[in-house]
Amino acid sequence: MPLTLYDIEVSSRLLLGTARYPSPAILAEAIRRSGTEILTVSLRRETAGGKAGGAFFQLVKDLGMHVLPNTAGCHSASEAVLTARMAREIFSTNWIKLEVIGHQDTLQPDVFGLVDAARILNQEGFQVFPYTTDDLVVGEKLLAAGCSVLMPWCAPIGSAMGPQNKTALRAMRAEFPDIPLIVDAGIGRPSHATTVMELGYDAVLLNTAVAGALDPPMMAQAFAGAITAGQKAYQAGMLEPRDMAVPSTPVIGKGVFA
Amino acid sequence: MMLIVNGEPEDCPATTLAELLIALEYEGDWLATAVNGDLVHREDRPRHQLKQGDRIEILSPMQGG
Repeated sequence: MPLTLYDIEVSSRLLLGTARYPSPAILAEAIRRSGTEILTVSLRRETAGGKAGGAFFQLVKDLGMHVLPNTAGCHSASEAVLTARMAREIFSTNWIKLEVIGHQDTLQPDVFGLVDAARILNQEGFQVFPYTTDDLVVGEKLLAAGCSVLMPWCAPIGSAMGPQNKTALRAMRAEFPDIPLIVDAGIGRPSHATTVMELGYDAVLLNTAVAGALDPPMMAQAFAGAITAGQKAYQAGMLEPRDMAVPSTPVIGKGVFA
Repeated sequence: MMLIVNGEPEDCPATTLAELLIALEYEGDWLATAVNGDLVHREDRPRHQLKQGDRIEILSPMQGG
């Protein structure tokens, strides 16, 4: 079943970051094997006469994917809003992955600045993908500010710890049944991705877990399979765990030998 | 006139933002510019007059997560 994010429909449930790959060729191959249709990108200061940005811009254009620019590294709402405006200027998209970082060590979002920035950007016609926590109240405020997608972390960015609070993630799914929910940060292994998809999440956004692998293209493929497995399991309806054993083979008609 | 370009002081005779980009050899359609915290659209650069001490940001695409 396709996933609709604002006005765009995609088949893949994997959004892939483009940073930290050993080379552009390995990045391109990882993208291909992931099956992703959405790439996250960023903006940085260009040196005078520099061409690095142009080369990456051309690579992204050639890949022909949907582009989701981020506001990574912004520590205030005003900084994030300006970065979003500049990203729209370059990439000609209303999509923005909104990050307002509030804590230097954990890269935890500043949820107050996040809501403020989301409100401004939504009023300016942006389609905001907010990087948030698993806090329900913040989620409600982001929706009230005009967001139609939520992207909670499951652990700190780049930590590879995997889901740290499944109860909170489950509550978020239950609270926002019709809102696309994308786990944005903290995934380290394909099994982590399967876990959050089994909780009913709509998609997973990855970067370091793929880019930092010994073989990024192979890891991208592994994640694609894991995400599909979790999604299908959720749709198929899983058994609830129980304390006592239940025989899988029926006992009716069993031979009696005593 | 003295400007701050991407955080560094720059003494440049340019009077508009477009002239500044040319003087510093920036080129390409992948750049975004801001002056004193406000976005200046590509098409507005030729008529955007610079003032002494303006803070100019010139950003370009890069890899991101």
